[in-house]
Parts: sequence; structure tokens; C-alpha cells
Amino acid sequence: MNVSKVSYTLESTLESVNRAEQTAAEIAARSGFDKDECGRISLAVREATVNAVLHGNQCDPTKGVTISFENTLDALTILVHDEGSGLDPALVPDPLAPINLLKQSGRGVFIIRAFMDEFRFRTMSPGTEVTMIKFVRGPGSRRQQGGFTSDDESKLTAGERRHHR
Amino acid sequence: MTMKASSRQANGVTIVSLCGRITLGEGSVILRDTVKSLSAQGHKKILLDLGDVTYIDSSGIGELVSAFTSVRNSGGELKLLKLTKQVHDLLQVTKLHTIFDIQEDEAAAIAAFAR
Repeated sequence: MNVSKVSYTLESTLESVNRAEQTAAEIAARSGFDKDECGRISLAVREATVNAVLHGNQCDPTKGVTISFENTLDALTILVHDEGSGLDPALVPDPLAPINLLKQSGRGVFIIRAFMDEFRFRTMSPGTEVTMIKFVRGPGSRRQQGGFTSDDESKLTAGERRHHR
Repeated sequence: MTMKASSRQANGVTIVSLCGRITLGEGSVILRDTVKSLSAQGHKKILLDLGDVTYIDSSGIGELVSAFTSVRNSGGELKLLKLTKQVHDLLQVTKLHTIFDIQEDEAAAIAAFAR
């Protein structure tokens, strides 16, 4: 099976969150997802990156966030790995519970779960890793694979490490 | 794109038009400051026009909730006008569409404040 994978290590800043979202949208579009699905995928990546930067690395400039995109014929798999103590989604209150419905925060993980087909959380040493998978749907579901281009790198420039496979 | 907010009056209702992204950082802060300032000036009927909001994240959704509760706690009322598909989808997924009064037409929204 043809597989392409690219990963980036970003600084723990809000600017990295924006770039991760933008890159996810572009990769999702080239991977054959429609506009709505691209929006959901990019938002899930944004929320996971926000958690990594704020809750995981706590904006520590010495800690990075590594984001990997793996594209196969059947799915787009995205990993977000931070170097902090992380956010255990099991401990996040249900935002749909009446007592939580009007709380200002606590919806990020819920949105990721709602918009992606699979969500996994793993404690690493160090840090935590979130895995998000979006499957290609529809008859045959064998899309043309867009892979990754130098355009992805143009969004993620100096100071960031990139790895291709 | 940086978010912009502008407000005007119509039949005693303050209509706040938001344009751009409401996300963690600038957009959320602008929304918070705008509603806070209007409440401090005594505006009780606030209609947030989201027709030109191009993108919102969980932080932006949280800011809408915070605006709703702060206006309500000060004896006012806050409604939403013209949701884009992305905002609509997020409010539905988070069940917040059951909390907000969401209107599609400005005249109808203004009339709804009087009821």
C-alpha cells in the first residue's frame, strides 16, 4: 500500500496552532476530503494542538509539539505529541451535561471526538500523544492520494524540524 | 484574518457585527471586550451578527457562552443572528443551539427582543 507521511516539530506558541490548522486543512484537501470534512479535520488538529501547547507544554518555549500526518488510501491519520504532563481526556467533564453546558471551556476534546472517526490518547515518556483518524467514506473509498508537497513546508518554516518518509 | 467588530442601534437593540475568525487569542478577546464594554454602557439587548464569521474554535464557542451568561446575569438578553454552516455545526454538536436564541432575519431578531 502506498503510504506517505510527514511530521513537523513546532514551538509551543499560538502561532504554531494556526499553522498546524492551516497545514491540516491543506493536507486534508489534497487527500480527497470535501470542504466540510477538511474544516472538521483542521479544527480537530487545532484543538489537539491547543491542548498540547497550553495544557501539555504550558507554553514552555523549550518544549516542542510534533505533528505527524500519515496518508493512506483509506484514511488520514494525525498524531500530536507534546512534551508535557498532558491532559487526560478521561478527566475532562462531559460538556453536554446540564451542569457544564454553560461553562466557558472544556469542549476541545469533545469536538475532536465528534469530528474524527477515531481518537486515542497515550501517555508517553515524556509527554502525551493524541492520535486522530479520519477514514475515507463512500463506495470504493479509494481516493487519489495527494501526498505531501513542498507547500506544506512553506507553512512551517525556520526553526522547525521536518521529516519525510 | 483578524476579527473586526462594529456595532449599531436599531429599535433599542444593539447589533454587533462580527467579521473574521473567533479563535483562541485575538478574536476571542475582541468579542469579550466588545460585549463587556457594551454591558458596562448599559446595553441590555445585544444581537450578535455572525454572518461574516469565517471560522470559530472551542475558545470562540466558549466566548459566545461567556457573553451570553454575562449579559443575562446583568439583566439583559443576547441573541445570535445569521450563523455560518461551521458555526451552526459546532453549536449543534455542543448542544448550545438549545441555549441560544438563533435568528436568521434581522427584523425578526429585533422583534424577538420585544416579546
